[in-house]
Amino acid sequence: MAETISINGTAHPIPDDPRITLLDFLRHDLRLTGTKKGCDHGQCGACTVIVNGMRINSCLTLAAMHEGDEVTTIEGLGTPDAPSPMQRAFLENDGYQCGYCTPGQICSATAMLGEIANGWPSDASETLDGPIEATGDEIRERMSGNLCRCGAYANIVAAIRGVAAEEGA
Amino acid sequence: MSVHFKQDEPDTSNRLDDMKQGVIGAPLPRVEGMAKVTGTAPYAAEYPVENCAEGVLVTSTITRGEVTRIDKDSVLSMPGVIAVIDDERLITRPAQGTANEAPQQKPKSVSYWGQPIALVVAETFEQARDAAKHLKVEYREDEGAPLSPDAVEPEEQEGETVHQGDLAHAMAQAAHSVDVTFTTKGHSSAAMEPHAAIAQWDGECLTVHASLQMLNYNITELADAVGLAESKVRLISRFVGGGFGSKLGISEDVVSASLAAMQLGRPVRVVLSRQQVLQCIMRRSETTQRFRLAADENGRLTGFGHEALVSNLPGESFAEPVLQSSHFLYAGQNRELMLKLARIHRMTAGSVRAPGEAVGMPALEGAMDVLARKIGIDPVELRLRNIPEDNPEEGLPFSSHKLAECLRQGAEAFGWDPGPRKPRHTREGEWWVGTGMASAARVHNVGEARARVTLKADGTALVETDMTDIGTGTYTILAQIAGEMLGLDPDKVLVELGDTRHPRGSGSGGSWGAASTGSAVYVACTALREELARRAGIAEDELDLSNGRTQTGQTLTDLLGGKDMAREGHYEPGDIAADFTASGFGAFFAQVRVNRFTGETRVDRMLGAFGFGRVLNHKTARSQCIGGITWSIGAALTEALEFDPRDGHLVNCDLAEYHVPVNRDVPDLEVLMVEERDPAASPIQAKGIGELGMCGGAAAIGNAIFDASGARIFDYPMTPDRVLATMPVD
Ligand code: FES
Ligand code: FES
Repeated sequence: MAETISINGTAHPIPDDPRITLLDFLRHDLRLTGTKKGCDHGQCGACTVIVNGMRINSCLTLAAMHEGDEVTTIEGLGTPDAPSPMQRAFLENDGYQCGYCTPGQICSATAMLGEIANGWPSDASETLDGPIEATGDEIRERMSGNLCRCGAYANIVAAIRGVAAEEGA
Repeated sequence: MSVHFKQDEPDTSNRLDDMKQGVIGAPLPRVEGMAKVTGTAPYAAEYPVENCAEGVLVTSTITRGEVTRIDKDSVLSMPGVIAVIDDERLITRPAQGTANEAPQQKPKSVSYWGQPIALVVAETFEQARDAAKHLKVEYREDEGAPLSPDAVEPEEQEGETVHQGDLAHAMAQAAHSVDVTFTTKGHSSAAMEPHAAIAQWDGECLTVHASLQMLNYNITELADAVGLAESKVRLISRFVGGGFGSKLGISEDVVSASLAAMQLGRPVRVVLSRQQVLQCIMRRSETTQRFRLAADENGRLTGFGHEALVSNLPGESFAEPVLQSSHFLYAGQNRELMLKLARIHRMTAGSVRAPGEAVGMPALEGAMDVLARKIGIDPVELRLRNIPEDNPEEGLPFSSHKLAECLRQGAEAFGWDPGPRKPRHTREGEWWVGTGMASAARVHNVGEARARVTLKADGTALVETDMTDIGTGTYTILAQIAGEMLGLDPDKVLVELGDTRHPRGSGSGGSWGAASTGSAVYVACTALREELARRAGIAEDELDLSNGRTQTGQTLTDLLGGKDMAREGHYEPGDIAADFTASGFGAFFAQVRVNRFTGETRVDRMLGAFGFGRVLNHKTARSQCIGGITWSIGAALTEALEFDPRDGHLVNCDLAEYHVPVNRDVPDLEVLMVEERDPAASPIQAKGIGELGMCGGAAAIGNAIFDASGARIFDYPMTPDRVLATMPVD
C-alpha cells in the first residue's frame, strides 16, 4: 500500500523526492497555494499549517515525514462561501493588508486558541498551571512567530480577541 | 473615449462631497478580502502553468571584478537540469522606481557581493536549487573596492544644496542652539512575499506574472532589458505580497525568468530566496546626519542646518533623499542643507518605504527634542512655534497644512504632559517609564494615470487599470470612488487591476497611487455622469445618483438602453506642483519603558495623528497608518542592516537576523485622522497616506527613551547595548 498523507481530508501519496518540504508539496505538487512561503527557514510563519491539531511551519519539515498525518491548510479551514469564524474576523477587522502572511496567521491563530484552551502556558502567562485567558498580551506573545511586514498586528490581535470572546476562551 | 484632465488650479468644488451614494470614506472591508483570508488570492508564483521549469539564481561570491568562467558542465549532467542561463541581458540590480529603462546588465561584470550572475533551470525546484549550489564559477577579483561610506570622497547632490543667509552667524548669536549628529543604519523592505516571476513565451509575445508595484514603468524596463517592443510584453500583478519600495522596478527574477523562457521555449518560474531578496534587491542607505538648530529665547528658530551623507553603488542615480521634508517643515531664515553621496560597493541602495523622511525625520525630530530640553519648553510647543507660514526656502504656500491640529489633537488624545519635567521621573520595578513625541511629514506626490470605467448595460460598473494593490486598499477605494460618483453600491463595481492590457495607472509608490489613479477613475466617472445627465435631461451638476437611480427615479439600466458605456479617464498633475508645497503632516506620541538592567525598550502605547487630505476609506487608511507606526517601532528599536567590513556583503540577510517588529513588539495603537480637503493635492482632495505613519515615529520612541531613562542616543536603532552604554548609572 502506498504511503499517504491526508490533506484537508483527502489522502495523497507521499512524493518520491525526499527533499520536498511539506510546504513545497502543498504549494507545488498539490497546487494548494493558500499556504505561503516567506522565508523557507522557519523564520516567518507564512507557511503555518495544522498537523494533527498542532500548528507547525511547513517549510521546516519534509513531506516524507508525514505518513499518516492529518494536515489542515487554509483551504481546509474555510472557503469563500463558508469561511471559518477566524477568517471572517480577519476580514472584518482588516487583520491584513497585502494578505501574504494572512493564511499563516489564520492557521496559527486557530490552533493557538486551542493551546490556550488546553492551558498551555506562554511567556506572557501569569502562572504555569492556571487556566489561561486570551488577553492581548497572551495573543501577542503566542502570535509572534507569524511576521506581518505590512504591520497589521494591532488588527490581527483585535480579530483573534473577537473570536476568542465568541468561543468563550 | 478618453477624457483628459490636467490639474493646473486648486479645485475647491469638492465634487465627491456632493454625491449621494454615501460610500466615500466609509470603513468598508476590502473587496478582495475574502480571497485573501481563504488563501484563494493568487500571488505571482502561484499561477497554474503547465510544463513550467524552475529557475534558481546563482550569485557572486566576490565584491568587484569579472566572472571569467562559468563551468556549465559542472551541473548540466545533474538530474533534471535543463540549462544554465548567463545571457548578457540578465540584470544585475533591480531597477530604481520610475526608471523606465533597464537597470545594469552584463552579469559577468560584478559590482557587489551577492550580485546575480547566472540562472540554473531544472525540472523541479529541488533540482535547480541543488545545481545552483554546485555550479562552478571562476572570477578575477578587483581588490580594494571601497565598502564603507567614510572610505571615499562623497559627491555633493547639488540639487539639494541650500545656502540661505548665514547659519554660522545665527548659531553664534542664538540664545539656544544645538549641533548634533545622528546616524541611522540601513533598512530592508523585507516584504513577506519574495520576489517571483513566471514567464511564458509563445515565440512572439512574452507574458510574465510578477510581483511588482508599478507595471506602467515595469513594462518599459522589461521590454528594454530583453530587447522586445513593449507591445510584445504583458505583465500581470493582481496580488502583490507587500512592496514597500522593493518592487518599484523590475527585479532580477523577472528578467532571468523571461530570458530563460525565451531561450528554452517553455515557461520558467524564478522565485528569489529570502536571502537573495535581502542581498540583491534594495537596501535603504545608512545615513549620517548633522543638525544645527539656532533659536531665540522664545524657541523660535533663526537658523536651520541639516547635512547628510548616504551611499550607493557606482552608476546609481538614487541618493536617499534625507532632506526632503527638512526643506519646509520648520522656520529659520538662515539655512544650510546639503546631501552627499558616497560611492561604495554594498548592494544597490534604493527606495524603502518613505525614502528620505523615514530616516530624515527621526533624526530631525530627535534634534528638536534636544533643543526643547535645552530651552526648557514643551516639545509640542517648540514645534507649534516653528510652523512656517510658507515654504521657508521657496516662499511657496502650502496646499494645506494640518501640523498644528495634529500636534494639539494628538497631545490631547494621548494625555500628553506638557511638563516641565526631568528624565527618569517614573520607575516601575526594574523599568523606567517615559513619553516622547515627534512631528510627522512626508511630501505628497502625484503621477500621471489612466483608468477605464465601463457602465455595464445591467447597471453594474467595471474599473480597469494596470494600477496595483500592494496591500494599500486600491481595489476597495477605486470601487468606492466609482460607486460614489455613479450612484452604485461598491458591491456592484468590479475592479480589475495589475494587468498591462488595461489602461496605464500610476502604479504604487511614493504613496501616490490612491490620489493619482483615484483621480483617473474620478475623471472617467465625471465623463460618464455628463453623458448620463444628458440622457436624463438633468444638468450634470444637479444629477443625483444613488443605488442605480437618478433623483427622478430613472434607472441606470434605462439610461444605458441595453448598451455599455465606457470612458477612459486620463489624469495628469499640472502646473499646480510648481505653485504649492504639498505634504502630509502629523504627530506621534509614544510611551515606553526602559529596563534598568538590560537596556531593553518596550513600547507601551503609541498614537499617531495625521492630516493627509480626504480619507477614501477609514478602515484601510487606518491600516496604512498602523502599518507605518509599526515600521517606526522597527526603525527605532531593531532594524539594522549589517555589512561585513571585509567584502561588503550583507550579513543579516534573513528574517531571523534582520529584526522586523513581531506581534509582541507592537502595543495597541491609536490613530487620529484629522480630516481635511486639500484642493491642490488632487481632484479628489486626497494625499498620500502609506508612508507618513513612519516619518518621524521612531523619534517619538527615541525621545521617550530619553525621558524614561536619561539615555540620549544619537544612533538608530536604539538597541539594548546602545541604551545600556548611554544610560546614566543609578
Ligand atoms: S516560510 Fe516557513 S517559516 Fe517562513
Ligand atoms: S498582510 Fe502583508 S505581510 Fe501581513
